[in-house]
Amino acid sequence: MKYVDEFRDQELAQSLAQAIAREARPERRYNIMEFCGGHTHAIFRYGVQDLVPKNVRFVHGPGCPVCVLPVGRLDGAMELAEKNSVILATYGDMMRVPARKRRSLIKAKAEGADIRMVYSTQDALKIARDNPDREVVFFAIGFETTTPPTAVAIQQAQREGLKNFSVYCNHVLTPSAIQHILESPEVREMGTVAIDGFLGPSHVSSIIGTLPYHFFAEEFQRPVVITGFEPLDVLQATLMVTRQLNEGRHEVENQYSRVVTTGGNAKAQRLVAEVFELRRVFEWRGLGQVPYSALKIKEAYGTFDAERRFGLQPRQIADVKSCECPSIIRGVKKPTDCKLFGKVCTPDNPMGSCMVSSEGACAAYWTYRRFAAPEAATVKQGGMAA
Amino acid sequence: MNMMNRRHPGRLNLKNDAVDMSHGSGGRAMARLIEELFLRHFDNEILRQGNDQAAFDPPPGRLVMSTDGHVISPLFFPGGDIGSLSVHGTINDVAMAGAKPLYLSAGFILEEGFPLADLDRIVASMAAAAKAAGVPIVTGDTKVVERGKGDGVFITTTGVGVVPPGLEISGDRARPGDAILINGSIGDHGVAVLSKRENLDFETELLSDSAALHDLVGHLVSAVDGNIHCLRDPTRGGLATTLNEIAGQAGVGMVLKEQALPIKQEVLGACELLGLDPLYVANEGKMVVICPAEQAETALKALRAHPLGRDGAIIGQVREDAHGFVRMQTRLGGERIVDWLAGEQLPRIC
Repeated sequence: MKYVDEFRDQELAQSLAQAIAREARPERRYNIMEFCGGHTHAIFRYGVQDLVPKNVRFVHGPGCPVCVLPVGRLDGAMELAEKNSVILATYGDMMRVPARKRRSLIKAKAEGADIRMVYSTQDALKIARDNPDREVVFFAIGFETTTPPTAVAIQQAQREGLKNFSVYCNHVLTPSAIQHILESPEVREMGTVAIDGFLGPSHVSSIIGTLPYHFFAEEFQRPVVITGFEPLDVLQATLMVTRQLNEGRHEVENQYSRVVTTGGNAKAQRLVAEVFELRRVFEWRGLGQVPYSALKIKEAYGTFDAERRFGLQPRQIADVKSCECPSIIRGVKKPTDCKLFGKVCTPDNPMGSCMVSSEGACAAYWTYRRFAAPEAATVKQGGMAA
Repeated sequence: MNMMNRRHPGRLNLKNDAVDMSHGSGGRAMARLIEELFLRHFDNEILRQGNDQAAFDPPPGRLVMSTDGHVISPLFFPGGDIGSLSVHGTINDVAMAGAKPLYLSAGFILEEGFPLADLDRIVASMAAAAKAAGVPIVTGDTKVVERGKGDGVFITTTGVGVVPPGLEISGDRARPGDAILINGSIGDHGVAVLSKRENLDFETELLSDSAALHDLVGHLVSAVDGNIHCLRDPTRGGLATTLNEIAGQAGVGMVLKEQALPIKQEVLGACELLGLDPLYVANEGKMVVICPAEQAETALKALRAHPLGRDGAIIGQVREDAHGFVRMQTRLGGERIVDWLAGEQLPRIC
């Protein structure tokens, strides 16, 4: 496949792996947090960890939009879906995330709630046009990449006079989450979590550019290398972070220059600024209340805000006890540190959000790599010949 | 029963009419549907006897029986339709025991309002597929459900066949050291069907691989003198699911080579876009062959000599593994598990 195969080439991968092995000094560790779930997925799917020396470790970050949505926000979506008048349009990944009392959207759907899986905001708009006597709510989640399409949909709905369309907005922001992790006591004071550098997001950076990362590269003295989702991208960026650390540099470098520019996508940024404004504070699973880390719909577009339209009240709901998703999302623990991992919590029966999305660290580890710790993965697999 | 008021009360109007409740009532309308539509297309000696069952003498060997319900959406897709699929699917399930498929039955559940023209097209396609395969449909049943209680048409087919004496092919026979082969590219059917789903609709030249594999199985079995441990068609859940099933059944592990997997560019492209993994995408004309390593080259040659195995390949090896993992050596040189699918395969969102 043109423009894809080139970034999965075995020989290039091997020579990059050798370069990393030459660069990494055996006497020290290189703890590199990949912020994005997309990178986590690529690292596991292509077995990238097998190609780098043991002292170069990937710490999996919170950049999986499904994983970081707290139970309280999901509960809001459940409340909307259970209203008879409402069709809830959602991305497929949200369907199986465990909500309060082990419920989920997929269970609510089976019990009769009208929940439709969509691939884009345009699908949601179409459902609204086709069902003028129903309220269609788009369950918007995601980082900076998925925000512009939501903004487009809201403006389109306004232009078309679609009165039955609204958005349950859960869009969150990458830089504030990274900063929050770096300011957390585990990283700053206790030193229990070593994060020496970052692989910066791919798609997110195509929207926001490279500038937003400069502040914490300098403030926290950690190198950031923005990189693509292909395995060769990840390997090259790993080499660049390793080199910066060896040379005592902490700069923002852009490995993904074929897509990401310094200023980012100005048009998309303008669009987002027209429709959304910052929330003073937003709850993240794992990170807690993070100031200025999410967006809400502006007053001018208030009629399209499902929270206003349906008078949704904010709620805080605790995670399942003994589920380590919060610590795993912060990089404090690994999936195999969780007592539930592989025992009662598997992708077929997820207890926490990290086991649902393919970008979640637990699901990626379970799906692609549990041979590395088989004792944590001895759950008998069911299966019946079709 | 408006049919009775028509000018030609004796004939079905295949062009303009639709299925109504009377077609399932057991009365004259049903008899007419059977005669003018099903019998006309499926016509064969056993069916013509007009009994509620088919009677025949089986040849020597072990009898094999398999059944499969077909509920595909959309009903017509590039490279096939629910009719041909329902014939191929069951023939393949019978053939995967090394059996020669003999006869099929077909049960139809029709939804009130379903156009007779579409039904005619589907039944004609079934008849053509059965004829091409040399496996007649010898008994059947039709029911009609009210509008909204079905999705146009559901078809259940059952097949019987006979395994020649001495031949034993079964999922539990995979042994460490065995070679794993496949008869061609994976994911074609799933991607071809997805491309026509209402909410996706992307352009592709790709056709479903839907095909009856019993002739290929016959050639293969004679080429390696019956020295085959397992055969299975990786349909729903794709190659990954089939290999996990066999690994569990035989208590073994497997290792695949990513670079050896035959996958078409169109399939790779569509999967890349939709966030799917071709290993989990359905096939309808593919089979996994597991045989002793020393037979692998002969088996590969036999596959490639047949039109349905031209792109055949050796894709991996069975090995001992206490955990029954199916692993894959990635093209980068790393390793990963190829797991059971959890839930539906869903497109990514970010």
